[in-house]
Parts: sequence; C-alpha cells; structure tokens
Amino acid sequence: MNIDSIQNGIVLDHITAGKALQIYNDLHLDKLDCSVAIIKNVKSRKMGKKDILKIDQSIDINLDVLGYIDPDISVNIIKDGELIEKKKIELPERLVGIKKCTNPRCITTTEQGIQHIFKLTDRENRIYRCIYCEADK
Amino acid sequence: MKHLIDPMDLSLEEIDHILTLAQDIIDHKEKYSQVCRGKKLATLFFEPSTRTRLSFEAAMMELGGNVLGFSSANSSSSAKGESVGDTVKVVSCYADIIAMRHFKEGAPMLASMKSDVPIINAGDGGHNHPTQTLTDLLTIKREKGRLSDLTIGLCGDLMFGRTVHSLIKAISRYENIRFVLISPEELKIPDYIRTEVIESNNIPYMEVTSMEDVIGDLDILYMTRVQRERFFNEADYIRLKDSYILDNSKLALANQNLSILHPLPRVNEIAVEVDDDPRACYFRQALNGKYVRMALIMTLLGLEADE
Repeated sequence: MNIDSIQNGIVLDHITAGKALQIYNDLHLDKLDCSVAIIKNVKSRKMGKKDILKIDQSIDINLDVLGYIDPDISVNIIKDGELIEKKKIELPERLVGIKKCTNPRCITTTEQGIQHIFKLTDRENRIYRCIYCEADK
Repeated sequence: MKHLIDPMDLSLEEIDHILTLAQDIIDHKEKYSQVCRGKKLATLFFEPSTRTRLSFEAAMMELGGNVLGFSSANSSSSAKGESVGDTVKVVSCYADIIAMRHFKEGAPMLASMKSDVPIINAGDGGHNHPTQTLTDLLTIKREKGRLSDLTIGLCGDLMFGRTVHSLIKAISRYENIRFVLISPEELKIPDYIRTEVIESNNIPYMEVTSMEDVIGDLDILYMTRVQRERFFNEADYIRLKDSYILDNSKLALANQNLSILHPLPRVNEIAVEVDDDPRACYFRQALNGKYVRMALIMTLLGLEADE
C-alpha cells in the first residue's frame, strides 16, 4: 500500500500499534481540513508492527498528549518535502484537560467548568494522580 | 498566600512552629486573647461536623476574632446549585480566612485556586484532614514528648479514614517510625499510601487483622470509626462496623506507656470503660484540637502576639 509523502506537515512515527486512532481523537485531528493518513500495523524492525499518522499541514501539536499516550513516538516536522526537525517527547509533568478523573467521590464529578488536572507522581510506572483527590483513575 | 489543603503543604519547620505556638497558647492564654481582633473566620461546612467546626469557632473566639458561616450544604447556596468555586469567591469577600469541609474529595484544593484568602481544609470526603493531623501531632508530642522513635498502631477503617491517611503522611517524615496497620481485609489502607508514602520512605510496617496480637508492641494506638457515610453499600457497613472494639480486656495486653488516640466521634469502637484509663488520650486530644487551630489561624494570617 502506498501513501504519498507530504510536503509540509508532520509525521508521527513509531506509534505503538493500535494507538493511532486514540491519538487522532485526542489531538482533535478530525477538526482539520487537510489530508490526514492513519496507517495501522506497519511492519517495523524495531517494534514488530507500529502505527503512523501523517498530517499534511503544519500545526501545533500538543506534545503533552503524545507524551502521556506514548513518550516513545517520533515527531517529524516536514518542510518542502524535507525532514527539518525531530521533536523529543517526554512524559509530561502535568496533564491539563487531557484525561478526566473517574473517582466518583472527586469534586471534578460535580463542579461545573472545572479543569481536570493530573500530576505525574511515579515516572517509572507512569502513574498520574488527580491534583484534587489524588486518585490515579 | 499560604493555604492548608494537605498535611504535606507544611514543612517540618512550619509544623514545629505551629506545635510550639500551640503549646505557648496553652501556657499563656491571656497573651493571645486579642490577636485576631477585627478578623473574621468563615466556616463553610458542606458536610455536618461537631467538633471540627466548633473547635474552629472556639479557636477564633479565643483569639478575639469573629466567626460566620454555615453548617450544612442545605443551608448554603449550594442547595440552589451554586458551585464550590463561586461560593468561595463570594465568601472570600466577607472573611479573612476560610475553614472548609466538603464531602467531595479535592473540594478545598479547588477552593484554594479560587479564593483570595487562606483556605483551611477541614476534611474532604475520605481524602485528607490536615488540622486533625496537627491535633494528632500535638497530642503525641504532649503525651510522649517526641514525634520520633514511635511504634504507631492504626486500627479500624484504614481505607476511608482520612485522618489515618493524613497522619501517616505527616509522621512518616520523622525518624524511626514504625506502623502497625490493623484492619479487616476490606478496609486496608489504599495502595498509594502504602507504596508512595510508607514503602518509598523505607518505613517498617506490618498489616494485621488482630488487635490482640500486636497491642503489646505499641506506643500509640490510633483508633478510628468505621464511617457509615463512606459506604455506598449499607450491607458492607453493617458487616464491618463492629470489626474492632477496644475494651479493658484488650487493654490489659497493652503496655503501661500506651497512648490511645481517636479523632472522635466514636460510636462503639472504644468501650466507655476505657475512658477512665490514664492511657486514654482522646478527650485531651479534642482539647488540643482547639489550641492547634488557634496556632494555625494565627500562622496563616501572619499574626503574632504582642510581647
């Protein structure tokens, strides 16, 4: 299967197989007018199989979303058909508006307009806790 | 501006300052009787409470200040659907400091992000209760003369008992602490307290289901109530509510230096016959709660007594 290379845009590579659609949704790529390719289960020497997302437009990517979902993703910035930058992804210290607390006792379940915020409390095990109730759900 | 939301908001130096100030208030009550003159404390209690609310109000009155507020969600605008954030923004126009209890976990944290005046968490669901922790620390310090080198037994509802979570966090920072966690399987401490507080600080601990087996090894026995309001399922509450009852026959197995603490209210987990034993500290503990809250209010308002 062939997908055309892009001239100006972003290629998200080395996505864990099966996570491309989650990233597509969490980055709100459905709102874009440009071409977006979701390529699933691509053969990879390093990973066995992987997903790739190609976005045919230069946009600001929320790197915290990517870092939370999978900090091993490669973010390649393409300009005039050339790779001009590889962005490094890290596990973000805070997640703001990315995930919702599901603890039924948490104030976030009843307070209107509250921003869901999580902080990284265990980098090794990638555990985030709600800043309000400290639950990791 | 400083708030007290989590017991870990205070450094060891700040805790030491508050406990030392509380002791000075106990020793020289007159000196502090007008420190808060012209200041107002708002007590926003969205969940009923007796001793915490009254001890805050008594604390402010003994400092010469005034008190306003409400004692249940039904008597506040939250019954009309007002958000916690809006309530706090409005009340911070009227008061110099706010003590807040809420049944939802994290509500005081939210309040601190909206308020123009210091917020004190007076208990948020099953989460934290830092002023009870300060009360507990003052009681331990006064009864034992130290906050280190202690074997502390915590008994009862360790899962939903916010006073237990807050005390474990706070006292884990002192030297040579050992925990004995006594609870039924269903009410063991949450994993995050075990792993991120106790184990990560390399504190020796054991989890047991029998009080009799361990009571002889304890310097402190911290009893808690199995709280009906924390259960979604009434049947589970009824099954577990009488899990641990301390009476004179169990107390006979303890050493003479044991100090028995309880955040109160008790239901039946400590038999009334125990009250006369000199090792029962829980009513002295309730009194300490007023003094430590006086010290906290002064500290958060940046006030000092005239010498």
